[in-house]
Amino acid sequence: MDGWSNERAAEMFPMVFEGFVVVLQVTAVSGVIAILLGLLVAISDQTAPFWLRRPVNWIMQFVRNTPLLVQVLFVWYATSLYINPEWTAFVVGSAVLGIHYASYTSESYRAGIEAIPKGQWEAATALSLPRHRVWLAIILPQMLRRSTAAVANWLIAMFKEVPTLFAIGVLEMLAMVDRYAGLNYTGYVEGYTIAGLLFLAASYPVAVATRRLEIRLAKSNF
Amino acid sequence: MPSPTSNEPIIRFDRVNKDFGDLRVLKELCFDIDPGERVTLIGPSGSGKTTILRLLMTLEHVTPVKHPDENGGVIWVEGEPYSHMKKGGKLHVANERYLRRRRQKVGMVFQQFNLFPNMRVLRNVTEAQVHTLRRSKDEAEAKARDLLELVGLSDKIDNYPNQLSGGQQQRVAIARALAMDPDILLLDEVTSALDPELVADVLAVLRDIAETTSITMLIVTHEMGFARDVSNRVMMFDQGVIVEEDTPDRIFSDPQEVRTQDFLRAVLAE
Repeated sequence: MDGWSNERAAEMFPMVFEGFVVVLQVTAVSGVIAILLGLLVAISDQTAPFWLRRPVNWIMQFVRNTPLLVQVLFVWYATSLYINPEWTAFVVGSAVLGIHYASYTSESYRAGIEAIPKGQWEAATALSLPRHRVWLAIILPQMLRRSTAAVANWLIAMFKEVPTLFAIGVLEMLAMVDRYAGLNYTGYVEGYTIAGLLFLAASYPVAVATRRLEIRLAKSNF
Repeated sequence: MPSPTSNEPIIRFDRVNKDFGDLRVLKELCFDIDPGERVTLIGPSGSGKTTILRLLMTLEHVTPVKHPDENGGVIWVEGEPYSHMKKGGKLHVANERYLRRRRQKVGMVFQQFNLFPNMRVLRNVTEAQVHTLRRSKDEAEAKARDLLELVGLSDKIDNYPNQLSGGQQQRVAIARALAMDPDILLLDEVTSALDPELVADVLAVLRDIAETTSITMLIVTHEMGFARDVSNRVMMFDQGVIVEEDTPDRIFSDPQEVRTQDFLRAVLAE
């Protein structure tokens, strides 16, 4: 082990950056799952029959209350053993991460729905609007306005948890650092520094933008 | 004002009960309302007035009574069971599909306006015309423009509700309810949430509508002057029963019941 070396950092950078691109790809896939599945769960919580709502709620509770790392490892080994060993770590990891965060985004959506005054539902009833129309034209727009910022914050949190997928061999940044350092017996400090800076560079502007969005939504006419 | 050709009440409460938990807010309530009548419901808060409007809007449901064919507990509208439906010649509690169909002829204006904040004024008035009554967009917009002119808001068509004053919002809500061509209009304390200086405009619009249409109106209000001008009957409620009913002139100038006298004294002293 020797000290920090600028040359080594420069040499490692392209590799770690490659891992960073993978992180972004995972984030994109998991993000879509977290956004859409969370929405589906929140809506079904209000509309689905009891026999469907109950188990979905149960599963979401379970997902929220167990560690992501355990879920990732469990699903990775379980799917390769019992379902399809061909599924890649990228696919399985992104799916688990997305579902995990859907359990959180669904709560933010749910809070957004519950914050809508009862009078909105009553006015919709008084006008006999069809149920799908009530959701599309009245509830969803008002709910999205209330929960967009919260969901964006979950996505930032999710982005920062992508390295968990290192555990099942997704070639994100930690894996890249590990690969380099394993061959060269050094470079951990430089590699993790680069990884940290790349995370910061990506998530800080997004966090600022989210904050701006929050302010803008609070001020808008609707 | 009741139309001379019709001898059937447009609304009939037949021994209607309504419980909230252990509390019975309406007790075997019976009354008839003729087409075109304007009836004001007065009484202390908790006397069941608003519950009556909410039952008619199907926002609440009557407390079921065993054997409704004999024992009542049923609301009738336009000669057909409303809280219940006929099935195999017998009355059963109405399901959601039945209610959806029946309530289209009933409109409601709420104390808190309840405009849709994500829609501009015009769309607030066209939305249900297009999606409930299946009118074309052009037809709905033409109707909405007419009604918004009637309520004096032609210049606010493209505004969002929260850019309007409470009085303006309430007038949009009135236009929105009228756009559905209701036979029955329910007005639930429509000026109670307004600043005093905004009340007059809303009442003027409602007076205008009362004069120019034959819509049956049920009005819950604390505006006794308005009640006197607009209604042809006033029903005084207390603890879920009708204490007294009469023409507004008689009930306001010569109430017979002590509870009515006490209530009017309290309200008019405000």
